[in-house]
Amino acid sequence: MKVLLKNAFLIDPQVELNIKGDLLIEDGVISKIDTSIKENVDEIFDLKNLVVVPGFADAHVHLREPGREDEETVQSGIEAGMNGGFSALCCMPNTEPAIDCAEVVTFVKDRAANSLVDVYPIGAVTKKREGKELALLGEMYEAGVVGFSDDGDPISTSKIMKYALEYSSMFDLPIIEHCEDKSLTENGVMNESINSTKFGLPPHPSLAEVIIALRDIAILRYTGGKLHLAHISAKETVEVLRLAKKEGLNITGEVTPHHFSLTDDAVENYDTNTKVNPPLRTQQDVNALIEALKDGTIDIIASDHAPHSIEEKEWEYIYAPFGMIGLETSIGLTLTKLYHSKILSIEEIIYKMSINPRKIFKLKEAVIKPGAAANLTILDLEKEWIVDKFSFKSKSINTPFHGWKLKGKSAGVINNSKFFFENKLIDLI
Amino acid sequence: MLSSRHLLGLYGVPKKDIELILDTAKTFREIIERPIKKVPTLQGKTVVNLFFESSTRTRISFELAEKRLSADVLNFSASTSSLTKGETLKDTVRNIEAMKIDMVVIRHSAAGSPHYLTQLIDANVINAGDGTHEHPTQALLDMYTIREKIGRIEGLNVCIVGDISHSRVAMSNIFGLLTMGANVAVCGPKTMIPKDIDKLGVMVFTKIDDAIKFADVLNILRIQLERGAASNFPSLREYHRLFGITKERLLKHKKDILIMHPGPINRGVELSSDVADGSNSVILEQVTNGVAVRMAVLYLIGTRTEEN
Ligand SMILES: [Zn+2]
Ligand SMILES: [Zn+2]
Repeated sequence: MKVLLKNAFLIDPQVELNIKGDLLIEDGVISKIDTSIKENVDEIFDLKNLVVVPGFADAHVHLREPGREDEETVQSGIEAGMNGGFSALCCMPNTEPAIDCAEVVTFVKDRAANSLVDVYPIGAVTKKREGKELALLGEMYEAGVVGFSDDGDPISTSKIMKYALEYSSMFDLPIIEHCEDKSLTENGVMNESINSTKFGLPPHPSLAEVIIALRDIAILRYTGGKLHLAHISAKETVEVLRLAKKEGLNITGEVTPHHFSLTDDAVENYDTNTKVNPPLRTQQDVNALIEALKDGTIDIIASDHAPHSIEEKEWEYIYAPFGMIGLETSIGLTLTKLYHSKILSIEEIIYKMSINPRKIFKLKEAVIKPGAAANLTILDLEKEWIVDKFSFKSKSINTPFHGWKLKGKSAGVINNSKFFFENKLIDLI
Repeated sequence: MLSSRHLLGLYGVPKKDIELILDTAKTFREIIERPIKKVPTLQGKTVVNLFFESSTRTRISFELAEKRLSADVLNFSASTSSLTKGETLKDTVRNIEAMKIDMVVIRHSAAGSPHYLTQLIDANVINAGDGTHEHPTQALLDMYTIREKIGRIEGLNVCIVGDISHSRVAMSNIFGLLTMGANVAVCGPKTMIPKDIDKLGVMVFTKIDDAIKFADVLNILRIQLERGAASNFPSLREYHRLFGITKERLLKHKKDILIMHPGPINRGVELSSDVADGSNSVILEQVTNGVAVRMAVLYLIGTRTEEN
């Protein structure tokens, strides 16, 4: 099947593409790019005022399957991802059972088979995520994981981290660290600051994050391997990451849209949707995160999409679980907070949300050139919209952004010969 | 009239509201000295005391205040731990509200529970202590007592001593006293002083003698051993050595100083007995004033809705 995307802005910094024009796709493969293409095709899509970019990848999501299918499934996660503008998701292993062996990796991959969105499981570092013994990293590598993490928890000890970095280096996959020194965060539910004092909530200091980052960097320097710091929230962590990169260590870092869009002031009304781990920090931290996005210290933007049921979130703040959903607000927040406020160019955003995550986790490449499989995200940069959590495709609605006015949204996704556009899924074969 | 239909805390409560409560409490203080201590003000109103955390003193004080205003009183107690999973605050409260109640007095171990409650029900909500957040009526009765004894709050030096990190009494006092124009300090082991508290405009002492030198009023907190304070300092004996208020310490500074404590006292820890029972202590008066202040709060909130 031949389809023609017309009148779009086509942008891909990997091939120095930045034109207004047309893109021809034949059986899911890009066959022609030009300012104007005239050809007999099966279908034409007018993408006037829309921007076509390489398919975005969210490198940090929680899909809850197996174990908590009431909160999210691989399938509902795929739909949320597609609706949010992503053609690839990396899902964390803190499921029940944990993704700690080839069978569970295969189970998750099977659930995602034949979908528009590619789902890449991340394997647990330790068996059952208990922090005691290394999980079957080699076996999971063979089954197709793209990294290892005990996310939800930090890697328990220096010894396990040392083994994890040494062992994973054989497969050239990163260890993804959730930086949290638990001895400092016991009972803590929000950033330790003047606000935790005012709101009377048990503190979760940024110190806990930087201590584990420093520990891991010391181990990385010693062992080699690849280290990726997940959801960096604090100024201090940004600083140590910057130094580690300067030193030449193989380290990368990630930030979530909620950590650069909100501060701990948002906790004031005790909305449990603002309870995340790591917690929302101060304006100084937000400024440092934005600076780090600009200067390249932070490589990627990932949502840390963490669905929870209403029943679990409707508790007093200290009892509710940590986490908010993010797949369907990630692009909107990023475009509103970073693109429209002129912090990042669209090319830089493409790096943070497509090129870098795909490179770090060795996902399928997405590039806009003839001969490449069409793996595209279509953006409407100017669209103003109101976040309505009830319109989401995720099974959970735990977001504090309901009712927010955002500018910029995904308008469609193409991948695996499938096209999600105007709320319809079309086959391109 | 109060600016809010709830009393969730003293943070952000305007000075005129605090003054109104303290002035109103004065008239109730007179009523409770009379032979017949009851007024019909809240007749026909139903108040629920919703105590998820046991506190006999606070509950009795509220209950007495409610009864003296002729309200119908319902008591609901459940320790948070005994709430079975699935029976949330939400379910409990919705059930109670179905019984058509007007006001809820809530004590809960989780900060923000009273705020959450206002989203669940229409009744007026009074915070009787939420976790380590606020305990506004305690601070109001402390301020009432200071005003009664010294005649003013503005310009006074008030120091709160003890485990500030785990104290809702401290937080409400800090917010209320600052609004009323007092100079506020805290004193305690560094491990019990919340981070950045100075940003609220509060001085910090870690030597009790400095606190005594500074203060016109010492508000001494109970060491909340049950709330995990024990790991913040090496031993009760050392705490008493470094931060305990003794007769000698007071005599050394030859100062007339008001000694307050929200009770119950750990004698020989925060205070020596001679200080607790001595002439500077107003600890029992605080208890009496507590009833008057709570009557004032219930009255002002309970009659506010009628005017609207
Ligand atoms: Zn995490
Ligand atoms: Zn996560």
